[in-house]
Formats: sequence, structure tokens, C-alpha cells
Amino acid sequence: MKDFLQQIIYGINAGSIYALIALGYTMVYGIVKLINFAHGDILMMGAYFGLLAITVLGLPFPLAIVIAMLVCAAFGMIINKVAYKPLRNAPRISALITALGISMFLENYFVVQFGLEVRKMPEIAWLKGEVFIGGLSIPKVTFLIVGLSIACMIALQFIVRKTKVGKAMRAVSEDMQAAKLMGINVDKTISITFALGSALGGLGGVLYSVAYYQVEPYMGILPGLKAFVAAVLGGIGIIPGAMFGGFVMGIIENLTKGFISSSWSNAILFGILILVLLFKPSGIFGKNTREKV
Amino acid sequence: MALLETNNLGITFGGLRAVGNFDISIGEHELVGLIGPNGAGKTTIFNLLTGVYLPTEGDILVDGKSVVGLKPYQIVTRGLSRTFQNIRLFKDLTVIDNVKIAFHQQMKYGIFNTLFRFPGTRFWKEEAEIDIKARELLKIFNMEESADKLSKNLPYGQQRKLEIARALATNPKLVLLDEPAAGMNPQETKELMDTIRFIREKFDVSILLIEHDMSLVMGICERIVVIDYGMIIAKGTPEEIKNNPKVIGAYLGA
Amino acid sequence: MKKWQELLISLTGITILYILISMLLKFGVLNNYNRGIMVLIGINIIAAASLNFATGILGQLALGHAGFMAIGAYSAAIFSKAVGDAGMPDVVVLIIALCIAGTMAAIFGIAIGIPALRLRGDYLGIVTLGFGEIIRISIYNIKAIGGARPVLGIPNLIGFTEIFFLVVIVLMALFLMIRSRHGRAILSIRENEIAAEAVGIPTTFYKIFGFATSAFFAGIAGGALAFNQRMIDPRKFTFMFSVEIFIIVVLGGMGSLTGTVVAAVVLGILNEWLHFIDQYRLVIYALLLVVMMIVRPSGLFGTREFSLVGLIKKVIRFTKSNKNVE
Repeated sequence: MKDFLQQIIYGINAGSIYALIALGYTMVYGIVKLINFAHGDILMMGAYFGLLAITVLGLPFPLAIVIAMLVCAAFGMIINKVAYKPLRNAPRISALITALGISMFLENYFVVQFGLEVRKMPEIAWLKGEVFIGGLSIPKVTFLIVGLSIACMIALQFIVRKTKVGKAMRAVSEDMQAAKLMGINVDKTISITFALGSALGGLGGVLYSVAYYQVEPYMGILPGLKAFVAAVLGGIGIIPGAMFGGFVMGIIENLTKGFISSSWSNAILFGILILVLLFKPSGIFGKNTREKV
Repeated sequence: MALLETNNLGITFGGLRAVGNFDISIGEHELVGLIGPNGAGKTTIFNLLTGVYLPTEGDILVDGKSVVGLKPYQIVTRGLSRTFQNIRLFKDLTVIDNVKIAFHQQMKYGIFNTLFRFPGTRFWKEEAEIDIKARELLKIFNMEESADKLSKNLPYGQQRKLEIARALATNPKLVLLDEPAAGMNPQETKELMDTIRFIREKFDVSILLIEHDMSLVMGICERIVVIDYGMIIAKGTPEEIKNNPKVIGAYLGA
Repeated sequence: MKKWQELLISLTGITILYILISMLLKFGVLNNYNRGIMVLIGINIIAAASLNFATGILGQLALGHAGFMAIGAYSAAIFSKAVGDAGMPDVVVLIIALCIAGTMAAIFGIAIGIPALRLRGDYLGIVTLGFGEIIRISIYNIKAIGGARPVLGIPNLIGFTEIFFLVVIVLMALFLMIRSRHGRAILSIRENEIAAEAVGIPTTFYKIFGFATSAFFAGIAGGALAFNQRMIDPRKFTFMFSVEIFIIVVLGGMGSLTGTVVAAVVLGILNEWLHFIDQYRLVIYALLLVVMMIVRPSGLFGTREFSLVGLIKKVIRFTKSNKNVE
């Protein structure tokens, strides 16, 4: 039982990061119906920018987080503008291929710039160590990760539900043409969506690198895929679904690692993805739709 | 025995009854119109008849045998064929290939013969036969000149005709036409009326027609079925329908 | 022109190409290094053409092609090592091994296709990606076939001649398939699945059949790869490998097999030119892909095919019309 709870704690730790990244997938999919393959690489960029802010600029950790988020937001908007916007009316497969291309570009560009070597995030003194509660060890960093993630999700929910920008986002995701006719600046709204999603992805990157120490150009692929599975699991396009899916993924992953087999754990996650897509492609929170004949 | 008969046919989507108690009987060589206001359930009925939707109640009989639960492609072999309201051609394929695809069920050669095309085998015989048949069919619609064009490059009216030709290539007994005159001008509509009459004679088929254009329906159909909110509200000859107060009410919203 | 005349022209063209390259190799214009590259290009052509059959002809996005290649590679390797000392001629071993490789991959293709092909578009892409990864992770975990360690000691059974004729046979089989009632059925699914079903095409059957055919030839490409490299590195068959093959298909034009051939050759040669800036190679590919999608999303060839017969017909028509003018 204790082992079980311990794995759940690790699961929540990983899951909150997956949830942050899953939010970016879900927001972008919700608004432009694009699986943004490059989103995992935004995580990688966030980790690098956080790392550089601390090691090169010598900034304190909280400021490094802010910088990573801002830079990632900017990159998210640039990627949207350069690569996705010209394809808005193209077949969806073209946009998907472009996203693959962007993903490949970012990974390999970072290989060229920073090399393949794995860099270590410097240890943050006040995040070192663990707290023991009832015999369970909880890394201090878990509190930060879970706390920040939940705070961001609440903030995001507030933006989407209560602000004018959020209303525009919901309108565009419902019907882009109608939103345009209602005088909503569709391009700007999409751009903001990319910025928000990428900022969360950047935050996820910094937190991921703090939790697992390592920073390297391909680090975004696996968490990116897992976060995508999380988004699908919760119902892609649905914000609370992505959060839920993220936590579920993190917990399942750590339970399989702890109790079944760590070398099979990724296969099991993909298995879950396949099962969800086959039996309830709209996800746990989604509604089924079918093509009109 | 009627060619097509439905008994108490209906479908419910998540609590909403889109079609209910739909009874219709179509005999050989008949030309029947199915009309009703927007959203009355006309296309849903086509989708039920052709196996796209599975009915939640009732039965569909073709030549006295139930076709409920069959896949659309299986229903084609029973002699039902259709066109679509929003044209669904194989856009990036040639006109002749559009028609040849519809002959699929009438061809029998297998994969082995496809890969090993020895002279005199079934492959050559069937392909030659289908090529002739497909070109004849295009000729009937005055489209033999366009055989090798991509179907997406045809003018709109010809695209509609090609869809009808393709439906006829499956060798049907009953053709379901879903708003064939949509988007046509009065002159084109008039030509279409002649075409519909002509194919009924030439191919000896029955036709069930969904149409908004009253002049077309009244002009060529022998019988008309009117539905509203998924239910039949009137059946009869064009004369009877014209003067039916329920029909007038449904259309004028009274 | 009669059918047999067209066939003769195509065969003549292929023979001339073969003799030409053989001569270049014999007289040292192309060296052994070039020979190796040509074999790799040949393998890429088979892999990409098979993927194009699923994605460009059948119209179903598949992103797990590396998985089928892995199955083919392992099947071929296991068979050839098992019969290694039985004294069978190399060609026989090669043919049987590749048939087994293809069949195994096709079986997996059917098993994956039956559930996955109910989905469409990007969701299908993701599911095939997932299956591809599951195959790879499974190989890592099966100790009996070597697990995460490379498989060594595979005989070298593929040279230039073998791969040349293998490419010809695979492309011919695909073309024959496409230009038949079965191929038209498969194309109609790409064009409009609902309409295909409505004119009597059993779409579910043909989707699985087309997908299995694609997997079959991917398995053959994987087997050829194993015989060419004389080893299998299980780490090769990642998602990125699937994407590299996918890039060939996209650049050549989804739906054009000859486009795939041209793209595979161009990228194969480009690879060598970019060798000295190897680290930028993938960056350039990625940019190429993005720019291509924005500027020319249909690829080099679109869905058109290059045809020697068509070219000759054009030339004849051209000269005739010139004569008429005189």
C-alpha cells in the first residue's frame, strides 16, 4: 500500500507536467484542428532557455521560469505565423506534415547549436531534498511542480472562461468563419492561443528538467507524445480533459514502472492511446461526432 | 411484389426521432418524388435505405427480402443505387474511371490475375468489356468526349450527370436521386427532367427522387410522398398533393 | 500502340538503365562506395513506394512504417541464419527470406489494420505511430531475438543487381495492382470513401487489403536492409525512421510512385553532398519539408506518373504534327 501511494505521488509529479504540455496540444487542436507535433519541442526549448537563463545570465530560478515562458510564447507565435498560418485553408494532412517538419527542424537545430550531450540543470538549493509525510517521501520539487501547474491551469481556465480573449478563443474554435463575420480577429486569437499553449509548454520544460535534471535536444519527444496521449484521453480540444488526462497518464506510467515493468511502460502508454482512439476517439470528456452524409 | 417496400421504418438519434413510421412502396418502372421542407428527414431516409444508417425500428424490403443490417456496398448488389445531395465524385480520377469503379461488383477477376496478366485470361476480357460498357454509358449522357478528363474539371451540370451515370453503372433496379437539380438553372433543370425520363425508359429502372424544385417534381413524378418532421403527411398524385391543405401548411409554416 | 508494344518499350528502358549502370560500375566510373549508395537508395525506394501505396494511393496516413520494416528485417534475418549452412543457393535463400519478411509484415499489417483503419486522417496517423513504437519496444523486450542488442552475422545477399531487379519487381507489382479493378477500388477510397461504398466497393476489405499490401512491401524493404547491412540495429526503427521515409513520399508526391523513385534518388544523392555538413542534414530536410508544404504541397509529381511510353507517344505526336505543318 505504501509503495502504491509512493508511486501515485511520483505519478502526480510527472502527471502535472504532462497536464501542462497537454493543455498546449488541446488548445491548439481545439482552435485550428491541428496536432501540433512541434509542441513537445517547445518543452525542450523551455528547458534550454531556463537552463541558459540560470547558467549564462545567472538569473534566479523564478525569473528563469518567466523568461523561458516568455521566449517559448514568442516562438509559439512565430512558428504559427511562419509555418501554420499559410496552410490554414490547406488540407489538414499538409499542416500535420508541416508540424512534423517544424518538430524535426527544432530538434536538429538544437543538436547543431548545443550538441547531443545531456546537460544538467543546476540544483536549486531550496528545492533539494524531500519531505516525509506518513512514511512517504515527497520530493520538495513536487510541491513546486504540482502547485505551479495547478495555478497555471486555474489561470488558464479563468482566461478562457471569463475574459474577452477567452470568449474569442471559444468562438473561433466553435466556428472560425462565423467568428470572423462577428468581427473577431481570428489571426490574433489563434496567435494568442499558440502563445498561451507554448508558455505552458515552456513552463513544463523547465519543471521537467528540474525534476529529472537533464536537458538535451530530443528530450521533448517522449513527454510530448505522452502529453498528446493525455490530451486525447481527456478529449482533445477540452481543457479540463487535458488536465485530467495528464494526471491519469502520469499515475498510470508510474504504476506500470513500479509494479509491472519499466521497459514495457511506454508500450503500455501507447496501448492506452490506441484503445482510447479506437473505442472512444472523442476521449473521456468528449462527445462523439460523425461525418454527415 | 413491390421492388422496394418499407414497413414502419424509423430512426432515432440520441432521443430525437428523425424519421418515424415511414411506409412506402415502389413498384417496377415507377417514378416517385419525396418532398418536404428543409430538415424534414429526406436525406436521412435515403441514408436508411442505402445502409448508411441502421434503422432503430421497422424494416426495408427489396424484392421482398430484408436489407436491414447490410452494408451499403451489399445493398448496391441488391439493386439500389444513389446519388448525393452534395456531389461526391472521385474528383482526382478521370471521368471514365469514375464510371468503371461502379462496375466493380460486376467484375470477378482476382489478385493473381491482376499480377499475372497472361493473354486470354479473364483480366483482359473483363477489362475490355467494362471499357466498352463505360464508354457507352458516357455516350448516353453526351460525355464521351470528356472520358479522359479529371472529373473535378467538369462543369457543374456535367458533374451531376456523371454521378447519375455512375449510379447507373452498378446495374440498379431502383435509383435514388438526392436533389439532382440543386444549383441548376431552369434550362438545365428542364434538360435534367428529360434525362430522368429517358434513363427510366432506357435502363428500365424505378426512380425515387428528392427534390426542392416543385416544377421538376410535379412535372415528372407519378406519385409524390410528402414528409415533415420525419413523418409522412401526404401521399398521392401531383394533382392531389398540390391541393392538399396539410402540404400547403407544411410549406408555408401555417 | 498495342499493349505488348508498350510492355516492350518499358522492358527495353529498364534493361538499358541496368546495362548502363552496370557498365559504369564495371569501368570504374562509379566505385564501390557509389554502389553501396545505390543499394540504399533502392531499399528506400521500396520502403517509400510501399508507404506511398498506403498513404498516397489508398489515402490512409501511416506513420509507423518503420515497425513493418523491423518485422521484415528480423524475419529475414532469423530465416537466413537458420538455414545458413543448409547449402541452399544465395538467390533461393534471398527469395524465400524476402517472401517470409513480407508475409510476416503483412500479417501484422492486417492485425493492426483491422482496428486502426476505422479511424481517419491524423488520428489514424497517431495510431499507426503508436503501433510502430509498440513493435519497436516489443523487439527490445524479446530476449529470444536479441532484445536491445544488435543482430549480427546476417549474410550479405543483396548487391546492385539484386536490388535493381527487386525494385523493378516491386514497382511493377504495385503498378499492376493500381491499374486493375482492385486498384481502382483502392483509389476510390482515397477519393471519397462514402461514394465508394455507395457504388459497391467493400471499403473495409480494400482498406485492410491495401494496408497489408503496403506492409508486405515494407517488410521486403526491411529484409533487404538487413541483408545489405549484414546486421540489424533495433534502435534504427524509431518514429524518426518512419518520418524519413514519409519525407521521400511527400517530396515525390503522394500518389505518384515514379515521384517516389525520383525523390528517393534525389535525396540519396543529396545525402552524400550534405555529408560534409552532416549535422545540418536533418535541419535542411526539415526546412525542405516545411517549405515544400507551403509552396508545393502536392510534391514534385503530384499524383501524376512519369511514363516512358507516354513520353514516346508525345514525341511521335509532336513529330507527326510537325510533318503536317510542312
